[in-house]
Amino acid sequence: MVSGSDMYRQQILDHYKNPRNYGELDDATFEHVGENPMCGDTIKLFVKLAEDDDTVEYVSFIGDGCAISQASASLLSEELQGMSLEAIREMDRDDIVDMLGVEISPMRVKCAVLAEKVAQDGAAIYVGDKELDETTTEE
Amino acid sequence: MGVQSEALDARALREDFPVLDREFDGTPLVYLDNAATSQTPERVVESITDYYYSYNANVHRGIHNLSQEASIAYEEAHDTVGEFVGTDKREEIIFTKNTTEAMNLVAYAWGLNELGPGDEVVLTEMEHHASLVTWQQIAKRTGAECKYIPITEDGYLDMDAAKELITDDTAMVSVVHASNTLGTVNPVRELGEIAHDHGAYIFVDGAQSVPHRPVDVKELGCDFFAFSGHKMCGPTGSGVLYGKEHVLEAMEPYLYGGDMILKVTFEDSEWNELPWKFEAGTPSIVQGIALAEACEYLNEVGLDRIHRHTRELARYACEELTATDDVEVYGPPADDRGPLVAFNVDSVHAHDLASIVNDTGVAIRAGDHCTQPLHDVLGATASARASFYLYNTKDEVDALVEAVDDARQLFA
Ligand SMILES: Cc1ncc(COP(=O)(O)O)c(C=O)c1O
Repeated sequence: MVSGSDMYRQQILDHYKNPRNYGELDDATFEHVGENPMCGDTIKLFVKLAEDDDTVEYVSFIGDGCAISQASASLLSEELQGMSLEAIREMDRDDIVDMLGVEISPMRVKCAVLAEKVAQDGAAIYVGDKELDETTTEE
Repeated sequence: MGVQSEALDARALREDFPVLDREFDGTPLVYLDNAATSQTPERVVESITDYYYSYNANVHRGIHNLSQEASIAYEEAHDTVGEFVGTDKREEIIFTKNTTEAMNLVAYAWGLNELGPGDEVVLTEMEHHASLVTWQQIAKRTGAECKYIPITEDGYLDMDAAKELITDDTAMVSVVHASNTLGTVNPVRELGEIAHDHGAYIFVDGAQSVPHRPVDVKELGCDFFAFSGHKMCGPTGSGVLYGKEHVLEAMEPYLYGGDMILKVTFEDSEWNELPWKFEAGTPSIVQGIALAEACEYLNEVGLDRIHRHTRELARYACEELTATDDVEVYGPPADDRGPLVAFNVDSVHAHDLASIVNDTGVAIRAGDHCTQPLHDVLGATASARASFYLYNTKDEVDALVEAVDDARQLFA
């Protein structure tokens, strides 16, 4: 049994109330947007790559939705700095859960993984492996 | 039937519902998601086991004892359910798996055949997806057009707009009787009169009204009426389509197969009589029987009393929740609403709210409650919703309000 307030430990509330790297990025190398259609959570991620065209130099995001989705995006925006596109694409669900540091109840996993999926789809689209207008978590 | 003037005793009724004894880590369950699915009283569950342990068999076709018993119980269940909503004609009660299927039955059997370019289906902005999506898609396939009666600031239907939208081009008016999001109870009788003046049919979605108030389809004058068993102490997989006999008579079948036919040759088939013409294949026998049991249970408790009780809980919840001004409640004023309250707390997203109150055992819904376009109109992506039934108490409303306050503190 995962309890609600366990899910809302200080770290998540902190990132929700004071999101890191929040805002649009004028000189982004690429940007990508995603949505949880059922919840209405949205995340738009802006990624600036270094000169090697592979290492993340800076990430920012804007979004709207529940604390889990927005805190995940904020945490992820810190995590992604310095990663390669390949490494981003290799992340999985557990990485997000580890990052959040709490167990996420099954019905809320969609909220938690939205930002990660947006980053991964964004990276895949940028290197030409995928064609997609918008990421959704319902599949 | 007992005297219905006195208030019902929710605490005593809770004894009928074993699930209400559940605890989570020592915290008792406070079940406030009844508009989604209600809990099931012991006697309804027993009617299911009784069927399986004593007379499980296929219906309509057997000569043997068990099949006869099952057939009689299943067929008589139609009568009980029919009387529950005001018809004594078995022909007018079709068992479906839920409201959604009842809606689709009419949309396919009548809509696909009768609608075409120039025809209009008039709905409301507060329709559940069950009717909204169904008519929207049937309209696309037939070239008909959907129009939506707007809602007023305080969550009522704009009846002046309704009178303008319903015209001689209208073929069907499909309206929700009681809104599952706003708690509004719509004037379906008046809408039916307007529809009939223009030669249109009216379909009333009674999923949220039948569980909570006495309903008489004849008095409402509607052509079609649908509701779901699982929202009225019945089992999942049980639903009902009521249709006026002559209207159903003129309709093509929806599903083909066994049981819905009288005579079959390699070349052609003749349809069975009503209501069986619309119940193809082996039906949900035990669900139908258990739904009838649920109707009897509700009759004994008394629909008038349930109505007063759940309205009072909604009124109280509205008042308590809006005692702080960071809460927005959607729909009509506290003293004029159905048995539910959809709301948002400024600083807390509805999903977070539902997660946090769940921690104290309080079960509410968060999301768009299958009314996405309505939420667009309300300017909210989601809302939290507490919905009440006969076994809920004011203490449980207090538990909700307290839990909401916990969430507010957490996010402050
Ligand atoms: C107003 C209304 N109409 C239709 C439905 C659909 O009911 P069901 O899912 O049982 O088909 C619901 C229930 O969610 C409802 O509240």
